[in-house]
Amino acid sequence: MADNSWGLFTTFGFFIVMLFICGAYCLIVTRNMMRALIGIELLIKAVTLLIILAGYVTGRTALAQALVITIIVIEVVVAATAASIIVWVFRHTNTLDVKSLRNLKG
Amino acid sequence: MNIDIALLIFTTVAALWSVLARSLLKATMSLAVTSALISVLIFRLSSPLAAVIELSVCAGLITAVFVSAISLSKPLTHKEVLEISKHRHKRYWYLPFILALAAAALMFLKIKKDFIFALPPASQEEVKTVLWNMRQFDMLGQVVVLLAGALGVVILFSGEKRDGR
Repeated sequence: MADNSWGLFTTFGFFIVMLFICGAYCLIVTRNMMRALIGIELLIKAVTLLIILAGYVTGRTALAQALVITIIVIEVVVAATAASIIVWVFRHTNTLDVKSLRNLKG
Repeated sequence: MNIDIALLIFTTVAALWSVLARSLLKATMSLAVTSALISVLIFRLSSPLAAVIELSVCAGLITAVFVSAISLSKPLTHKEVLEISKHRHKRYWYLPFILALAAAALMFLKIKKDFIFALPPASQEEVKTVLWNMRQFDMLGQVVVLLAGALGVVILFSGEKRDGR
């Protein structure tokens, strides 16, 4: 890996770690289901950027783009399904708090 | 490189705001801004196709899904907002400090580049070649996941309709 690429990798990597910490903290601390979903989205965005960066640095942008397209498709499905589950839970429990899920009966 | 660093700083600030914002709508808008900035960064990293999909799908479609989900839930009263925000500060004010600590730790950490193993020489393929010829199984998986997601959303909302009858 050339020095120029290494500098780019470390600079981007630094901010990608920041993005990942934001998402992980949101996921750990929040009790609101919508905010948890936002945390998951932030985590996925950090990983997406990391894959594109790895592809750019190693000269495999085509492969990285193909992987990222797959990730984005799965991200959309996760977001849509999770949002509909959240709406469904809200209609039944009248709250977005994850603690309300403790009351689920089999 | 300077533009990249500025974009990366704005992306981190937008991500931080999407976690710290009191209103869910503001958090969703900040997430859309984060997506848009990331798509610019992806474009600058010579990946235009992924950038366009990130911008249209993540900044557009997912934001629309989030806003519609938020609009279907009941807004809190002013009293409830004040009560919740009192407890929120206690839980969330650690995040900027954790970010600052992690930044300091990463700056002092001397990472050697020897840990990355030597890669075989890169081949110059096009995205469509990789997507349709090399990763056909991925495409099949994507189609199945899309169908499963669409079915899941339809079943969840049609179940609600049946309950309402």
